[in-house]
Amino acid sequence: MGLFSPIAGFGVTLKQMFRKRVTAQYPKEKRVKPQRFHGRHVLNRYPDGMEKCIGCELCAGICPARCIYVRGKENPKDAPVSPGERYGFVYEINMLRCIFCAMCVEACPTEAITMTHLFEMSVTTRDDAIYTRSELLMSPEGDVPHPQPPSKLIDLDELKVADGWMRATAPAGRAAYEGVRGWTPTAGAGHRPPERGQSGDDGADGEEDA
Amino acid sequence: MARADGHQNFIVTTLDKAMAWARTRSMWPATFGLACCAIEMMSTGAAHYDLARFGMEVFRASPRQADLMIVAGRLSQKMAPVLRQVYDQMPEPKWVISMGACASTGGMFNNYALVQGVDQIVPVDVYVPGCPPGPQSLMHGILTLHDMVMSGEAAR
Repeated sequence: MGLFSPIAGFGVTLKQMFRKRVTAQYPKEKRVKPQRFHGRHVLNRYPDGMEKCIGCELCAGICPARCIYVRGKENPKDAPVSPGERYGFVYEINMLRCIFCAMCVEACPTEAITMTHLFEMSVTTRDDAIYTRSELLMSPEGDVPHPQPPSKLIDLDELKVADGWMRATAPAGRAAYEGVRGWTPTAGAGHRPPERGQSGDDGADGEEDA
Repeated sequence: MARADGHQNFIVTTLDKAMAWARTRSMWPATFGLACCAIEMMSTGAAHYDLARFGMEVFRASPRQADLMIVAGRLSQKMAPVLRQVYDQMPEPKWVISMGACASTGGMFNNYALVQGVDQIVPVDVYVPGCPPGPQSLMHGILTLHDMVMSGEAAR
């Protein structure tokens, strides 16, 4: 305290001026989302084009927000849609009610529903927030549709990043199973690499998946 | 501004564009944080995301100085009249962003205590999904609203 204390105060301010800026210039640059980020859902396919969803409605049953509506239907004998007995012929998710807890992903016995990194889904009417089968189901090539067109804000490549729930709870997520694959292959992505680093050898984060 | 017969007046349309531009560059939000979404709304205003880049850093506690109401969080039946009053006190033009699952639809709280969507109380322009929506999602909603204001879609 004394004569120089005001200058010392300005010194704090001056020091800040030479620090690196922390602000992310959002529309131009987007922050990298964490690997296990929960974004919007996607319905997967096997590499042969078959749908993974078997219409069992377990996701709808476990959903705490009751935002999923599924109806299963018997597979046509001559042209089956899924390898199971049935397939989900109606699949709707109300994204405005969804709380992105990924319990549907957890409940799904066939890894049909997974979450991606896309989170830019603002809508102007409530009806637009209800994603139907046509907006959720990926194409046989692995491309995922999105109701809004790609722009500087909406990066559709984020839809190809698989969610991290499997990494956390599949055998590959446990240290004893490090390097073991826990996924069924998916159209477009094929076999996703297992997460590394569960044993704590090389940091918390593993490699970016394909 | 379109006339009744549908024709556009050149001077007024240009002025409208200038006004829309000015409005989107200084859209002051009213603080209406109701729950955990408010934490994300605050962090949107903080250094890492910095709403000041859009001229929106002043979260006004007084509705008379606010243009935009970001309803962040679940709205209980008891709070609903307050929300409506704050909205009514805001001067025109005013906009509403419904932030998060609870504000937009009630989210996972489908019960008697909560309003199942603030659009039952106030007119909502943009719904931001998420539980809670991250700062980037909220900014996407804000930019969506800016686009609507610029195109005259969300004129009041």
